[in-house]
Amino acid sequence: MVVCVDVLTRNNVTLTGQTGGQPMVFAHGYGCDQNMWRFVVPAFESEYRTVLFDFVGAGGSDLSAYDPRRYGSLQGYAADVLDVVRVLDARDVIFVGHSVSAMIGVLAAAGEPDRFAALVLVAPSPRYIDDEGYAGGFAETDIEDLLASLDRNYLGWSSTMAPVIMGNADRPERGAELTASFCRADPEVAKRFARATFLSDNRADLAGVKLPTLVLQCSDDPIAPDSVGVYVHGQIPGSTLVKLRATGHCPNLSAPAETVTAIADFLNKVPRPGTKRSPHVP
Amino acid sequence: MSHDLATSAFYAALAEDDPAELYDNAPCGYLSTLPDGTIIKANATFLAWTGYDRDALIGRRRFQELLAPGDRIFYQTHAAPMLLMQGMLREIAIQVVGASGSRLPMIMNAQLKRGDDGQPLVIRTVAFDASERLSYERELMAARRRAEESEARVRVLAETLQRSFLPPDIVAVPGLDVGGAYRPAGDGTEVGGDFYDVFRTGHQTWGIVLGDVCGKGASAAVVTALARYTVRAEALHVSSPAAVLTGLHQALLTYYPQTFITVLYLLLDQVQEGDRLTMATGGHPLPLCRRADGSIETLGRPGSFLGMEETASVSESTAVLNPGDTVVLYTDGVTEAHEGDAFFGETGIAEVLAASAGLTAQEVADAVVAAALAFQHGPARDDIAVVVVRKPLSSS
Repeated sequence: MVVCVDVLTRNNVTLTGQTGGQPMVFAHGYGCDQNMWRFVVPAFESEYRTVLFDFVGAGGSDLSAYDPRRYGSLQGYAADVLDVVRVLDARDVIFVGHSVSAMIGVLAAAGEPDRFAALVLVAPSPRYIDDEGYAGGFAETDIEDLLASLDRNYLGWSSTMAPVIMGNADRPERGAELTASFCRADPEVAKRFARATFLSDNRADLAGVKLPTLVLQCSDDPIAPDSVGVYVHGQIPGSTLVKLRATGHCPNLSAPAETVTAIADFLNKVPRPGTKRSPHVP
Repeated sequence: MSHDLATSAFYAALAEDDPAELYDNAPCGYLSTLPDGTIIKANATFLAWTGYDRDALIGRRRFQELLAPGDRIFYQTHAAPMLLMQGMLREIAIQVVGASGSRLPMIMNAQLKRGDDGQPLVIRTVAFDASERLSYERELMAARRRAEESEARVRVLAETLQRSFLPPDIVAVPGLDVGGAYRPAGDGTEVGGDFYDVFRTGHQTWGIVLGDVCGKGASAAVVTALARYTVRAEALHVSSPAAVLTGLHQALLTYYPQTFITVLYLLLDQVQEGDRLTMATGGHPLPLCRRADGSIETLGRPGSFLGMEETASVSESTAVLNPGDTVVLYTDGVTEAHEGDAFFGETGIAEVLAASAGLTAQEVADAVVAAALAFQHGPARDDIAVVVVRKPLSSS
């Protein structure tokens, strides 16, 4: 029997912006959910069809659809991206991926290149662990340490699953409707995603990227240091590297305006769908 | 203490407890940082706990740099986004690496203060020493893990035992289509007492047994195993189904006098008129038969529970299966599936049977189980076992 999955529900897909506009798919990274994009997406809604979703296991996704084997590697997450763009029959997709989703986007685009028009990689890293001649920023023991950290915060998860939004009087509109699911996940899911993320090595996939690509590198990013952004830029032919003034790993939250400007500037230089010229046409 | 003395002690303590003094020597660490984590203020308690000089931190280090590597990732991927989005963090477990390199377990809360322009201005963090709490929580985690492992072992044990009470594949009976289905009660961690079996008893004869042992768990499991193999053994040397069940009754009285079971035993043989069912019943719900013309009847006559009284009255009757007939044997987990006061009942089975044209015996068995489960919304309250025997319309 064919199992029909309602992808829109499973991945908690949120559609905003222009019906029929060029699709911009925003993918969240490890740790949180689509709310990571809430200060960035509005800037693109007047022109694009903006698509937000949660990976299975995160945010408002259908947890019953969580399959430990599928989500044991980034390919499983890339399959979520492809499921979403297929069910929407989205073409000329501009994929915007934060953190590990940058590499998930690279994998998804390799899986179905014809659907994608451009990649925006926000704070990407193709490999987090140091290797010979490559500085990823972490040692393998650090990742074990992360798993222990997730365990330690386990008691916190279970006891605070009820909505705990409070003390945000100065900006109530930002937090009030967020549920406690933001940045909280079943610890087993979080640990598996952590392993899939931080033990991944997608360096060899970068050279195969044929799409116009923007690499957004933060300042003093402890997860994806400068050297990694430079590496990604060097490996993806013709890519654009923009160094943000924003510090940390989440410019989409800490510096949304700067992030929006960098993405918009890049998109202005990418050919629009329908205006692409065949190289043979003079 | 006189009123005057109390009053002067009150004011002396109050004078001593000025805000600056409280800030520096509070029983918790205070830190203020810029939105990027750069430390702009730290109290004496935090410095004493961590062993850092004030000058080594202020303006020089970011808070997240003081965290153990795993916590640094956790902070960047979980805590920092929460702080920016929700303006606060509550009860995050971290390990701060002190000046000596040792890790200090702490629980932290933090609050983001925004400026008049709405931009993040300063993060205020409070940290509590959590060394003892951490070791307690570690024990809790270990206990939880042990509980989960032991539950997993129990589940495997229950499933393995339960599987042994059901044939892995139902043997083929020439000219007939036979299927079986089973669903344990609840989450399946406890062995149920339902069982069935289909086996050959002679050259052209087959036995089908379906029963229900009272109770659950290990005590029911040993009785189930005895019942299942006693029926097989008896069936090899007596041909009358009533005699087979009488043998089972005697075995129960001998080995497990404290328990009883309900059971159906059918002997299938081929006679000139068609497939003959000779059926003996020990206190078990009677099978339902849907005839080729759509009419539904019960087969057999009731009998007494086995293993209960000194003597059991086991009745025997026969029926003939014609092409298009379907017989359903079931345990009371099917009919007693209920939603409020309404029971699934024989009516529920009859409804499945009425819509069963064109289905195989296995599909009918699965449909009965699915309908009973759907009726009671959620996990089964009791085990459910179903065996279906169908005489196909065009038997070759």
